Order: sequence, then structure tokens, then C-alpha cells
Amino acid sequence: MPQILMPRLSDTMEQGTLSRWLKHEGDQIHKGDAIAEIETDKAVMELEAYDEGQLTRTLVTEGTTVPIGTPVALIGEDVATESTPTPNVTAAGTASLAEAAAPAAPPAPPIPEPPYEATAPQADSQGEVRASPLARRLAREHGLDIEAIPGSGPGGRVVHADVEQAIADRGAPPAAAPWPAAPGPAALSPSAPLRRRPPAPTPAVGEEVDEIPISRIRLLTAERLIHSVRQAPHFYLTSVVDAEPLLAFRAETNAYLGEHADHISVNDLIVKACATVLRSHPELNASWGCTSIQRYRRIHIGIAVALDDGLTVPVIHDADRKPLTEIAREAHSLAEKAGTGHLSIDEITGGTFTVSNLGPYGIDHFTAVINPPQAAILAVGAAHPEPVVRDGQVVAGTVMALTLSIDHRVLDGATGAVFLADLKSLLEQPLRIVV
Amino acid sequence: MAENITYRQALHDTLRAELLRDENVLLIGEEIGAFEGSYKITAGLLDEFGPRRVRDTPICEEGFTGAAIGAAMLGLRPVVEIMTINFSLLAIDQIINHAAKMHAMFGGQVRVPLVIRTPGGGGQQLAATHSQNLEVFYAHIPGLKVVAPSTPADAKGLLATAVRDDDPVIFLENLALYNTRGEVPDDDHTVPIGTAAVTKPGRDLTIVAYSRAAVIALEVAHRLEEEGISAEVVDLRSLRPLDRPTVCASVRRTHRAVVLEDDWLSYGIGAEIAATIQEGAFDYLDAPVRRVAAAEVPLPYAKPLETAALPNAAALTRVIREVLDATGFTPRPTPGRTRLGDP
Repeated sequence: MPQILMPRLSDTMEQGTLSRWLKHEGDQIHKGDAIAEIETDKAVMELEAYDEGQLTRTLVTEGTTVPIGTPVALIGEDVATESTPTPNVTAAGTASLAEAAAPAAPPAPPIPEPPYEATAPQADSQGEVRASPLARRLAREHGLDIEAIPGSGPGGRVVHADVEQAIADRGAPPAAAPWPAAPGPAALSPSAPLRRRPPAPTPAVGEEVDEIPISRIRLLTAERLIHSVRQAPHFYLTSVVDAEPLLAFRAETNAYLGEHADHISVNDLIVKACATVLRSHPELNASWGCTSIQRYRRIHIGIAVALDDGLTVPVIHDADRKPLTEIAREAHSLAEKAGTGHLSIDEITGGTFTVSNLGPYGIDHFTAVINPPQAAILAVGAAHPEPVVRDGQVVAGTVMALTLSIDHRVLDGATGAVFLADLKSLLEQPLRIVV
Repeated sequence: MAENITYRQALHDTLRAELLRDENVLLIGEEIGAFEGSYKITAGLLDEFGPRRVRDTPICEEGFTGAAIGAAMLGLRPVVEIMTINFSLLAIDQIINHAAKMHAMFGGQVRVPLVIRTPGGGGQQLAATHSQNLEVFYAHIPGLKVVAPSTPADAKGLLATAVRDDDPVIFLENLALYNTRGEVPDDDHTVPIGTAAVTKPGRDLTIVAYSRAAVIALEVAHRLEEEGISAEVVDLRSLRPLDRPTVCASVRRTHRAVVLEDDWLSYGIGAEIAATIQEGAFDYLDAPVRRVAAAEVPLPYAKPLETAALPNAAALTRVIREVLDATGFTPRPTPGRTRLGDP
């Protein structure tokens, strides 16, 4: 009876939420069928079947969060022959032996013994903190709160390595890590906050306050932004761009493309322009790495996308080397996938610079929080009519405000200013973006 | 000086040496004289020492074990051979209610300097009734001592100590060990009862085992060493008294423990070890103590099933990896195995 286990879908995934069953008990399953949707710390992904047969049992209900490796369903030949009430999780030391030896037992063993459970109990999001005795002792000796340390062991158990990590984190600033695979401090582990007891809300929940459960994506967004604001000293540079040539260029290009390709958006032009300018300003395509500055050789531009509940940043890899039409096509596809929560891990990792565009919402100007561990993010406002001075005359123009947020640890104002000036110049002569 | 001999030879040589050393030592058991022992441990001893010292008996374990207990109470030092530990069930009343109790119940007026040698273990296709590991029955009983050597050297050292001990000693052998070889000191080598041996030091995890399982544990530990996993092996050697300090000291260093035992899981030696560790090293444990034991079935006769039901190196390795994985362990690079391009 093959078991379907909660898979590990990303490097940092420790548990997953079975958000929706796509197949149900009694359904015939074929290899490759999507049988459920799994919500991880990063995205919603489909759980594929590797076995053929009937889905005889689903072991977790929709919305349940279980550690990776936990059986979530059983696939068998026939429902009628399946009477196992629980997944056959036996003592690891004897599991295979017991199973292998089972055929040797007489057809009706006189005293059937229930399988012995030596595996860790499942994580209990509301319960006591699980920690090994060694981890507890070490935490006590170092004056650390065991409840505040994220556990990497079975069922979220805090083990020795986790406490050592916490001690190291306390002693030194967190190392930069590639977004969003591994947040620097261990405390940012996506499983950790769920185990902590939340502070009691000030007004009583009930008549006056609705309690909204925090989704994984909301939680991750929150943790990442806190990390960024706490760690990266931000400063901001704003420049107003004459948007008329850019809009004209866009209109002309789209007219030329006609029905044959995805239309190019202002944002696509900005992404391409940023990538092009970053090529000559690698100081911004970098991360603070505590002991060194990590400067990336490749340019991967993240595009902040608003979700119903949170934020995701799909990435256009090697944007400096891709033609505008390719960037437009990718950006379109990524935005669609982001909307349905079906971005793959590759599509949301590796970004080296981010563009956040609230222009479509009519915002003239804003500042963005840096997407760690990157060194800069560009906030793009709406192109809007404004009186401008041209040749000494006040005339009607169309302008767009660009605001660069920069991690001051990595670079200084003048460097950022030159980048922004070059970007402005490129956007005002948009033919240079493509040639 | 040391020589490389089999476990079988070490037992034979030690019995002969003890017969020579002390005229009160005698051997008693089924087929040990004219037939030279079912496993040839006593080969040649009847010819050398005669029927007063090397006594063939009828097939009657209770009778000859009881006779040996009586002889021991009167000052002789009998070494009983019970053909396999399975047949000791026929003598279990004599062993538990007489040999183990006399000294206490008679106010210390008598000692019972008796040795019962008997092999246990499965894997020889002897079927369920002839393949058991019942040593835990005896290890449970105050008044008995139980030893279970895994190497020829310990077989010699513990047998010599057992013969000279004034209390009844169950001396556990194993069918799968008789042909194993090892260096054996050829002087008057003894091993104290109640002392475990760290047969391989290690930093990352402790494997506790005894008898045949201790040999497997050592093999697995050496193999894991090549992967950068440093496992320590504690060979218990004595099951009663149990060397709890050595076990706990090891786990306090390594923080992780796995027991490999040939007996069944429930109420087995491993259960006692796990309890010992949580009592003596609780604050040092980073993961639950795991046990790798025989499948809880009467041992099948069919070879593939028999093999599958017995704990083996693969099962031990798998459980070790699970324990290491559960505690975020990363193997350290092994010296001399650095790949090209590594800094």
C-alpha cells in the first residue's frame, strides 16, 4: 500500500499545508496526476502521484499543516482490501524487518501486534515546545528562551544544532543569504513563528476585533520586511523622469508588434532599463555579507507582485541579456502564475535587484522597503501629467517619479545618484534601451 | 604475545587452561565428551582429562544443571554446556530458583561457583524454537551474572573470569561467532565481569551492542567513518551487572544513541539500555534513543524471511542516518578524501 508523503518542495520547507485535495477517496490515480495542492512557505504547488491505483484514504484534512515526510494519503489496489485504520508508521528500526517478515507469519496470527510507533509525533502548532534535553540544557546555560528558537528536528523539535545556531546568531550579525531561500537569522525560519505564543491582543477579541489567521505568505512577507528594516540602513533618492518619450516608444513598439506578441508595459521597459544600467553599475547588484560585499555577476530583476494577502517577487533571470519581447512575455506569465499561487521555486529565487511599481494604482511617488539581501529597490510611480519647464516655458508634460531605496552598508549616496541619473537618461531616450 | 585464533579455539583453549589450572574445574553437558561437543568446543578434552573431569550426560538439562549446582555448592567449579540457550528453558527452574538464590537464601553460607556456557542467536535456519536470544531472561535475575563476549579475546578473558568467579555465570556464546577470528593474548588474560568496552571511539553517535550485534556495530561504524560520520561503539560484554557508567559516559559525549540487539524489541536488552541512558545522560541527549532489534515474530525458517527478520547492518545504518538527520548533523570531510577544487 504506497503512502503519499508530504514532500519537501523547497530548501527551507519544514512543513506544508494541504490546502486542497484535487483527488478524493475512491478516485483512480495515475502516475503524474496532481492529487492535491500543497502550500509551502513560498508558494502553492501541486502534489504529484508517483504510484498507480485507487486513492484509498486521505489522512489529513484540507488546511492541515504537517511536517515533511508525514503520510497524507494511501494509494492501493482496492478500497475493499484496505482496512488499515492509520498509516503504517512503525518503528524505524524494525519497520522494514517487520514488513519483510510479515509473509512468514501464519495467515491468521494468534495475537496481531499493533505496529510500534517510534517516530516523532506530529508538530502541534499550539502545543508545548518540543526540544531535546540537550537543546534545553544548552539554551538554559546560555540564557536563551527555548521557545524562541526555531526547531529543525522531527515535528519541529529544537535540537542541539538549532541552539548552537541561535547562540551564533546572537553573537554575530546574520550572514546574508540568497533571497528568499534562506533568511539570515535562524529566527526567520518560516516554521518558527507559528510555534511561538503570540502576544495577547490589546482589545479583547470578540465583539470589537476580528481575528484573521496569518497565512504563510503573510507571515513570510512580515518576517522578511522586519529583517530588511532592522538590518539594512535605508536611504532614498528620487528623480523625476520625463515620461513622454517612454510612452511614445511603448505605443510605437506595441503597434508594430500587433497581435503577434505580448504587449510591452511601462514596467517591462523599466525592468530592461534597470538591467542595462546595472551592467555598468555593478555596485548596486550586490549584497551585504558581513565580512565581504557580494557582488553578483548576473543580473536577475525581481518584480514585486501584490497578492490577495501578501507579496511575492517573481524574478526575470538575466534580464540584461533578454530582448524586451522576452521580458514582456515572461513578466506576463509570472504575473499570471503569481495570481494563482503556482510560481515555482526557481521563479521566485535568485533576484539581485527589485522593481516595485505602484503606477498602475495611480500612486505618484512612494518609497519601497529593500528586498533582502539585495542592496537596492526601485519604486516606480505613475506617469502623470504635470506642468514642466521646457526651454524656459511652463508647458504640460508627463512625468514619472523614480525612488531608489539603497542599503547604506553596501554603497553610498553618490554611487546611487549616478545610477539613477543614468537610468533617467536611458528612460528619456528609450531607443537606447533596445540598442 | 598474541595469536590470531577463532572464537571457538579461544573457548577451547581457555577451558583446557582452566582444567589444568584448577583440579576442581569440571565440564558437564550433552555430547561434550565422546562427540567432542555439538560445536566442537570441547574437542580432545575427554581424552586429556578423563570422564571424571569431562562428563557426558543424558538429554536432561534440568537434571545435569541441578547436579552441577549441587557440585558447585560443595566446592567444585562445574562448567555446564547447554547445547543452545533454547534448551536452557528446560533447566530454567534450576537456574533461577536454585543457582541464583542459594547464596542469598542460605544467609551467605554457600556460594555457587557455576558457569553455564550456551550459544544463542539465529541465522542458521534452525527455525523458531532453536534460534532464540533468551539472554534477557537471565539478565533480569539478581543472583546471576550474564556475560556475552563478541571477540575471541573477550571470550577467553571472560570465560577465565567466569570459571574463577564464585557466583553463577551465564556465559552467552553465539552460533555466528564461533568461526570469527581475532587476536587473543596468550598469557593469563582475564576480563572483569561488568565492564563494557569502547571498541571504537567516536564523536557523533554511540552504538550500543553485545555479542554478534557488537561485531556488526563495529563494521557499520568503520564504514560510516569513511563518510565523515564518527560513531562510537560500546560493546557491553556483560549484561549483568551492566556497565551503565561506560554507556552513559559515551552518550554524554556523542549526544545520540542507537542500540543494536539480536533479541526482540519489546522488553529487550535495548529497552534496559535506553532506560539507562535516559536516567544517566538525559540532559545530554539530542534525540530519542533508537533500537534496532529482531522483528517481533517467531523466527522464520525460510532463509530470505529469516534474514529479513534479523537486525542487520543495513537496518542499523538506516536508523543511524535517521537519528543524525533528525539532529541536523552534517558529516565532516574526511582527511585524504578532499575532492579536487575544494578549498
